[in-house]
Amino acid sequence: MEPVPEPAGAPLVGVPAGDGSAPAVLADLLQRSARGDRAAFAELYDATAARVHGLAVRVVRDPAQAEEVAQEAFLEIWRTASRFDPARGSAVSWLLTITHRKAVDRVRSAEASTRRDTTYHHQNQTVDHDVTADAAQASLEARRVRAALGGLTDVQREAIELAYFGGYTHTEVAALLDLPVGTAKTRIRDGLIRLRDTIGVGR
Amino acid sequence: MSNNDTDLRGGTPEWDNAHALSGAYSVDALDDIERVRFEVHLRGCSECRLEVETFHETVAALSVDAVEPPASLRASVLAGIEEIRPLPPLTEQAPARTHRVSTRRPWITSAGPMLVAAALVVVALLTTVWLQPWSTEDQPPATTVTERVLDDPERAVVQQRFPDGATAKVVFSPAEGRAVILTEDMALAPEGKVYELWLQSPRGDMVPAGLMPDLSDAVFLLEGDASDARAVGITIEPDGGSAIPTSTPIALFELEA
Repeated sequence: MEPVPEPAGAPLVGVPAGDGSAPAVLADLLQRSARGDRAAFAELYDATAARVHGLAVRVVRDPAQAEEVAQEAFLEIWRTASRFDPARGSAVSWLLTITHRKAVDRVRSAEASTRRDTTYHHQNQTVDHDVTADAAQASLEARRVRAALGGLTDVQREAIELAYFGGYTHTEVAALLDLPVGTAKTRIRDGLIRLRDTIGVGR
Repeated sequence: MSNNDTDLRGGTPEWDNAHALSGAYSVDALDDIERVRFEVHLRGCSECRLEVETFHETVAALSVDAVEPPASLRASVLAGIEEIRPLPPLTEQAPARTHRVSTRRPWITSAGPMLVAAALVVVALLTTVWLQPWSTEDQPPATTVTERVLDDPERAVVQQRFPDGATAKVVFSPAEGRAVILTEDMALAPEGKVYELWLQSPRGDMVPAGLMPDLSDAVFLLEGDASDARAVGITIEPDGGSAIPTSTPIALFELEA
């Protein structure tokens, strides 16, 4: 049952397209960064900072903390760039996976001391939204995502949003949505499967 | 929490239950222990690995918010990397696989009927004997001690974070009387050295509990009975390890609250 490595193939999703952020370009920048190429890393930063920071803002909400999370994420990306394997996914997904983990670590450890509710509640971030030249593409992307989310059941959508953007554990999600404990994880998985098929993640 | 543990250990095949966590894992919605537990499962389950990869792509596509960070962030990131050495690529080999016996049996075809019959008996016998070890390959492996330790609802967890961001976590299971250490991003031991693990006895003696595998991310079952251990320690020792610690521990995990 040793997995046969999937051929790399161009992942279909990910980046608001722009010259510097085509998937293959990002993968290349990442691989050069792994060899200690700082210029490549700077380029990678420029191509992805808004997206990485955007995810951090969405999850941790507090702008100062979001910035710290983005910084932690980029340092981690630099340190572990050699672990990126283009055969196993797109560069953008790899970057955002690291970012998301950092963001979630942050909200969970912050919870121990302060309640998240006492920090700023940026329910609707309006900061510098889509100021890049990719704005049109990005909003197209956003519309596609909204449409895909619209295809989920309410519970699936809420479970995924609470988990992914809220940073809650599936047990907390179950409590928030009044679901039996074991079922939130199932809703999350069902929802992701449906989303994956709608968005068309190619592997 | 405890419900999830029950799920992981339930009567149905472990694979099914662990598999159900792939979505929650992909959106970082597992708690620390569940995550480690699932990562142990992932190592042996290519199907889950593939699913997680596609889920990561999927949620990346959801994350379309682009919020330009202040210019100062760029400066601090680029200054920060000056002090960080990129990790070397992973060079560990995939676990060695048992050789499969060729299924071709050309020598049967040219033989007479009796020979064929005799040969088939031999083949049948050999197949029984030889295929036995592999026939279980695609089935969920029996629960290992490591898994039982991680699944123990009564387990105690002690975590340490090192200055370089590496973490090590010791999980002790009273039911199993064993301890497991989990490391993330640990710097490898210096050339010619190893990380040796110790169980500290109630009297304070350090009892050797094995050598850490030479991996940054390791899951390792400590040797020996940890039931009475006061603490778990890690020291740096010459290759091959020592019978008693020759240096002060780089980490000590107190097992009693």
